[in-house]
Amino acid sequence: MHRTGLDCAMLLTVSNLEKSFPTEEGLLTVLRVVNLTLDSGQHMALTGESGSGKSTLLYLIGALETFNSGEITIDGISLSGLGDRARADLRRHQIGIIFQQFNLIPSMSVHDNIRFHARLAGREDPAWTQQLVQALGLQDFLKAYPERLSGGQQQRVAIGRTLAARPKLVLADEPTGNLDETTSDAVIALMLELVKDTGAGLLLVTHSQRLAKRMGHHLHLSGGNLS
Amino acid sequence: MSFLAALRALLSHWTYRPAQFFALLLGLSLATGLWTGIQAINTEARNAYATASSSLLPNFPSSLQRKDSAPIALRTYVALQLAGWRTSPLLEGEMVLAGRKFAVTGLDPVSLPRLETGHLQPPGDDGLAQFLTPPYAIMATPDTARLLQQEPELPPLIENADLPDDALVMDIGLASKFLKMPDQISRLLLEPSQNANRGSLAVIAPQLEVVTHQPQADISRLTDSFHLNLTAFGLLAFAVGLFIVQGTIALAFEQRRLLFRTLRVLGVSARMLFAVQMLELLIFAVVAGCIGIILGYFVAALLLPDVAATLRGLYGAEVTGDLQFRTQWWLSGLLIAVLGTVLAASASLYRLIKMPILAAAMPRAWAVVSNRTTRWQWGSAILLFLVALALHQFGSGLVIAFLQVALVLLGAALLLPGLFFQIIRGLQSLARGPLSSWFWADTRQQLPGLSLALMALLLALAANIGVSTMVGSFRTTFSGWLDQRLAAELYVRARDEEQASAMRNWLHSRVEAVLPVWRVEERLNGEPGKLFGFSDHATYRDNWPMLQIADRGWDRVAAGQGLLINEQMARRQGLNLGDTVSLQTGRTLPVAGIYPDYGNPNPQALISTELLELWYPRVERLQYALRVKPERVDEIASSLRTEFDLSGTNLVDQASLKQRSFTVFERTFAVTEALNIMTLAVAGFAIFTSLLTLTRMRLPQLAPVWAMGLTRRQLAGLELLRALILAAMTMVFALPLGLVLAWLLLAVVNVEAFGWRLPMFLFYADWVRLSLYGLIATGLAAAIPARHMARTEPAELVKVFAHER
Repeated sequence: MHRTGLDCAMLLTVSNLEKSFPTEEGLLTVLRVVNLTLDSGQHMALTGESGSGKSTLLYLIGALETFNSGEITIDGISLSGLGDRARADLRRHQIGIIFQQFNLIPSMSVHDNIRFHARLAGREDPAWTQQLVQALGLQDFLKAYPERLSGGQQQRVAIGRTLAARPKLVLADEPTGNLDETTSDAVIALMLELVKDTGAGLLLVTHSQRLAKRMGHHLHLSGGNLS
Repeated sequence: MSFLAALRALLSHWTYRPAQFFALLLGLSLATGLWTGIQAINTEARNAYATASSSLLPNFPSSLQRKDSAPIALRTYVALQLAGWRTSPLLEGEMVLAGRKFAVTGLDPVSLPRLETGHLQPPGDDGLAQFLTPPYAIMATPDTARLLQQEPELPPLIENADLPDDALVMDIGLASKFLKMPDQISRLLLEPSQNANRGSLAVIAPQLEVVTHQPQADISRLTDSFHLNLTAFGLLAFAVGLFIVQGTIALAFEQRRLLFRTLRVLGVSARMLFAVQMLELLIFAVVAGCIGIILGYFVAALLLPDVAATLRGLYGAEVTGDLQFRTQWWLSGLLIAVLGTVLAASASLYRLIKMPILAAAMPRAWAVVSNRTTRWQWGSAILLFLVALALHQFGSGLVIAFLQVALVLLGAALLLPGLFFQIIRGLQSLARGPLSSWFWADTRQQLPGLSLALMALLLALAANIGVSTMVGSFRTTFSGWLDQRLAAELYVRARDEEQASAMRNWLHSRVEAVLPVWRVEERLNGEPGKLFGFSDHATYRDNWPMLQIADRGWDRVAAGQGLLINEQMARRQGLNLGDTVSLQTGRTLPVAGIYPDYGNPNPQALISTELLELWYPRVERLQYALRVKPERVDEIASSLRTEFDLSGTNLVDQASLKQRSFTVFERTFAVTEALNIMTLAVAGFAIFTSLLTLTRMRLPQLAPVWAMGLTRRQLAGLELLRALILAAMTMVFALPLGLVLAWLLLAVVNVEAFGWRLPMFLFYADWVRLSLYGLIATGLAAAIPARHMARTEPAELVKVFAHER
């Protein structure tokens, strides 16, 4: 992996990022000259209208998609020119992603789901996992399968899975989009507290202004530009 | 209007997914094609038997025969006529002309017309006159007439294309001369309408009995087993083909959930949606059915020569290679296509009816095999096994034998998903690494979606193992049996008695032994068969394979106090050592031994040559087995050819005879091999479509793992590995099942069909080869879905999280 010397102090640096998609009508530019930085322990909310490209930006940072131009570095590692394997390694070891749809593995128990990413990254810490389980209130469901849990419970499992691996950067895509307000507040509070414990940086995509206000930083994406 | 709009909306799916459209059409066409092809073969073969059996003597339901199967005296016939019985005499026998054996039928053309056998009447205005007056013409097919036109002793030949090829029909007077059976009658055909005031049979001819005759009953009975076998293969191939259809329909259903929901929201009722879906399926069934029928025609044309060879090799039944398009194929093909489609779509249709209007548009996660399902499947399997066991204990007959095979196969197929579920759960609990844990958990998750394809693979592999073990065991047994049976170094056949006598004298001082191979056609306990004479020589005592032999059995036979019978006669007539066998001549002998006689469907018995000569003075003494020192075989054969001007067919060495026998053997099973390969190929295709289905439906399960750091290539590799592991597990399960199947074929089906039981041999190299074929087929089937996974664009995977799918 290629480490840049300049940005090694910052956990995440996005500079002059551009992303376009080919459509039948021609090239559709979703992101134009996007710049942002995020340090370890910082929390940042990313808001924007539907179709503004906030999820796309999250997936680009998460090394799930490739960009047309610009640069993204995570913990000093440049994403430009990284191959499939290197991007996978980066996701495995440095990044944790929480999805709106939870995306748990239905064939594995709650306990196995929580441990899964940490084991994959070779960083399983039973004591930390236990602490997470307690904190997330999942101790009574460890043997259950995801299909038996409520939406709020499933999202707590997804948070546990992400944080158990102690990623340096946590990306959350509308993590409470499927939850009611009360559950949403509880889950977010828990997530922020636990992310704080790990010292990771958090970039959270949301529609909710209320939720965005709870983050240390707030960026708005409109017309492909950040403000 | 809304109906058509809904139909158009549903059909638009297929233009969007043309590959799926072709998979569905191909699966259904393949299933219908294989079924129709097998049915076409069965129909053609059965028509051929019907033609052969109806040619000679149809429409006579019964005849009078002697209870001891001996010929009827002329005076008995006269007595019956005088007592008011309406009968027509028939004399039957065999004669050899131009090196070929012919079935001679002597009849009385004057009384025969009453029996509606008009086609046996000599054709032409003067045909009857030629038939009844010197030099007494003989009727034969045009081919036979051409063959025999140079025979000096024969009267003129009248051509009659309605006769079987090996038949010679003549006046009964002429037949009695040729067969050297003066004043004798084999049977008296009974006119259907009899005089009510006729005399009592018990008084006039107590030695006679009324025998109800079924034309060519033997051929039908024997070949029935073969056709049942073919039908079973046809059904197996059809079932495997339906797995493909089921997979494709399930995929289309999952992909159109959003469309169904939209249609429902827009006001299409559940009932109308169901009707539209049914109509769409019917359109597919009809189109694919038509393609399948045409495909079936080609399958039949491809297999028919092998089938004809098999039928000729096994039963001596002649089937021409002609194939005709018949209306019944179209109807049965379309019917089976429609029924098959509805059956394959039933689960999806049920879900469609039950689906709430606002069902999630996401493809549903495959349900984990529930304990309840497993219990139900295992319970059914055990029940099927118990029924099979009960049938084995208490049932008999060929259909029952095949039913046992079907029950065992079906039971085993039902056991498979639950068994695999438990095994994989065990493997998951043993797994230490996160990837292996996920791999097994995910495999378990996939099982319900793959179980039908795995069942298809199981059936195909088990059928392959079973049938190849049966054929291999048969080949091994047959080879050993031939080695023993064909112990003599040379086999010679003289042209006539004079040459035979000269040959015996010439051979006397030149070879180790001259062993007569003489035989007569006989009725053994009333059943037509062959009676052979054997010389008391070490060649027989040391080499002749025996299943059972009485104490001093050989001595008893040599002394004329017993006879040996073949296995099929013993089984069919329920004979054991010591039981008696009655001959047409009225004589009886006790059974002194039972020997295997593979490949011969008819009863056969052995007595001493001396007894044969004594009881049948007119026996042909033309054929001999010669024991020659190995180093002198070529020299003796060459001298014999020069000295007696023998052709290739009249002098055969042991090696050539074995080679010829093996050629017949291999041809006999050619069709089985072809069907085996076809079934395996269809199973491979079933796996391919199932995996393709799953690949598309599994993106939501794979995408999170990809997001957590596995590459697409790694995921694709795991998908391939998973398919291979499941195929290997299926192979392991198919092995014992295939051996059970082989045992059923050898010990149950063969005994019912042919009358002989074969020992079972194991062929490990075949298993290894079949495993490789199975893995290659699965690997090829899994390669395309795996490649698809490896090349799935990240944007496609990301959509899973973006909730845009």
